[in-house]
Amino acid sequence: MSTPAGTHEGTARGTARGTVAPAGSAPSRELDVCALRADFPLLGRTEQGRRLTYLDSAASSQRPRQVLDAMRAYEETSYANVHRGVYALAEEATRRFEAARDNVGRFIGAPEPGREVVFTKNATEAINLVAHTWGRANLRAGDTVLLTEMEHHANIVPWQMLAAERDVTIRWVPIDDDGLLVLDDLDRLLEGVKLLGVTCASNVLGTINPVAELAQAAHRVGAVVVADGAQSVPHLPTDVSSLGCDFLAFSAHKMLGPTGIGVLWGRAELLEALPPFLGGGEMILDVSKDGFTPNEVPWRFEAGTPPITEAIGLGAAVDYLRAVGMDAVRRHEVALTAYALDTLQSRFGDAIRIFGPLDATRRGGVVSFVLGDVHPHDISQVLDQYGVCVRAGHHCAKPLMRRLGVTATARASFGLYNDLADVDALADALGEARAFFA
Amino acid sequence: MAGLEDLYREIILDHYRSPRNRGELPSPPAYRVEGFNPLCGDEIVVTLDVEDGVLADIKIAGSGCSISQSSASLMSAAVKGKPVAEVRDLIRTFKGMMSIHEASLPHDGHDRADGAASGPVEIVSGEPEPVDVEALGELAALQGVVKFPVRIKCATLSWNTLAQGLDEVGTAS
Repeated sequence: MSTPAGTHEGTARGTARGTVAPAGSAPSRELDVCALRADFPLLGRTEQGRRLTYLDSAASSQRPRQVLDAMRAYEETSYANVHRGVYALAEEATRRFEAARDNVGRFIGAPEPGREVVFTKNATEAINLVAHTWGRANLRAGDTVLLTEMEHHANIVPWQMLAAERDVTIRWVPIDDDGLLVLDDLDRLLEGVKLLGVTCASNVLGTINPVAELAQAAHRVGAVVVADGAQSVPHLPTDVSSLGCDFLAFSAHKMLGPTGIGVLWGRAELLEALPPFLGGGEMILDVSKDGFTPNEVPWRFEAGTPPITEAIGLGAAVDYLRAVGMDAVRRHEVALTAYALDTLQSRFGDAIRIFGPLDATRRGGVVSFVLGDVHPHDISQVLDQYGVCVRAGHHCAKPLMRRLGVTATARASFGLYNDLADVDALADALGEARAFFA
Repeated sequence: MAGLEDLYREIILDHYRSPRNRGELPSPPAYRVEGFNPLCGDEIVVTLDVEDGVLADIKIAGSGCSISQSSASLMSAAVKGKPVAEVRDLIRTFKGMMSIHEASLPHDGHDRADGAASGPVEIVSGEPEPVDVEALGELAALQGVVKFPVRIKCATLSWNTLAQGLDEVGTAS
């Protein structure tokens, strides 16, 4: 039940109970959310005597039993430090750790999973890794970094830190009132740009960005492209080759995996050319009193003991998502988002301001809004009384908040385990919040 | 679990809907200080006018949730025209009320609906000073916030900003 051992391809097929529709109908299989929810122990929790309505998956997703079981089983039967011991247990631990790396790489279509997947602490650290290594090796005074107005702080602040240190200029791709990037002047924006940082999907607007198109344009001027996949890899089929970026960062805990581990995918030839990130054990081939020789990639970037059990958990999460099918996940979330956009607009009319594109196919399952003049923090507080968990605040995107002219929004975000009843619970609770503050 | 009425008392909603001393004093001569709650993005601007050791005037601007806005409004009404020393005492007392550990609070919210503390209230380590909730007057309405720990920072934002302003005015003059 809980063992991801053996084949990684589709091990969750039999365990993600009821999630796979009739055999042989892969392209058209749909989610059986009711059966799938049974895999998530936490969703059985009640809040205020009601079914918990968890709508904060953009912050962190819940984990299925298969992931929890895989981590526990690994700890109970196969755990040792990796890459060191010559005893059988350590070899097994290492083999499974590296198999998880390979598995994650295949999940995102990495041409060379074994060399291109770097385990980090989270997506934030992954982007910082690029800033510290690629950035320090390549950015000089007078260079320009191009970011978008909808970036998460994780894809802003590392560049600002570097900009302050290196006298590098940061330029911004603007957004329009629908929350889409304005790309009319892209060629001018890209003039002299050495690096483009862009989120695949906004954690506030939901907007799915045309990363492939942007990457193509950026590559024409010789810029490197760092894509933030924190909100896309868990929800959309991902193939780094068609995405066209040079680096892709994402976190395990937003994709049914554990906290404490994230991924930086990078093109092998780019990674090869980079200096190390943190110094210590594991990232060296040799150390003498006179200096050190860095290790091969990807271990060059993984100083110290890595998050081992977490890697196993991430591997199991990938198995689970693959068994469910990312196309099915996407279709389900588009349907949920469309229903939410429709329900909220018809219920609250002009009183609700929903940010981002109103076409569900252009966005991820993230719905940010403000309702009347009720502060999002108060909305979230009232919703909690009805067992509805949403996020309120600036969502680590303050430049975007300023562009939208708000200090905060409320945000409901979906995962594959949400259903229409969750949307109805949200709408009902919002009605209560509005009445309370009327 | 504490109910909404513990948090959103009528006085709080009143000050939220009709904030007192709203706006900004021209600065200079008034002193202007900004406060931020990084958690929720709330921003507050306190402009204060200190003359001869008295907080002669104060205005509050910025945006935030009902708790931060009402707390700021209640604060402005409570401190306006008071000697600075008294204002500092009030800040201390208010923050004392806000530092009460949730575990030491009664578990059901019904026995404190009149705003007065019911039964002994323990203070977390470090601040053994008992809080005279009665002395807080209308401000006591905010004590329910303590049952909602994430919201404590909302309630204390304006107070911390005012304290910072008083400190800076003190060193500037």
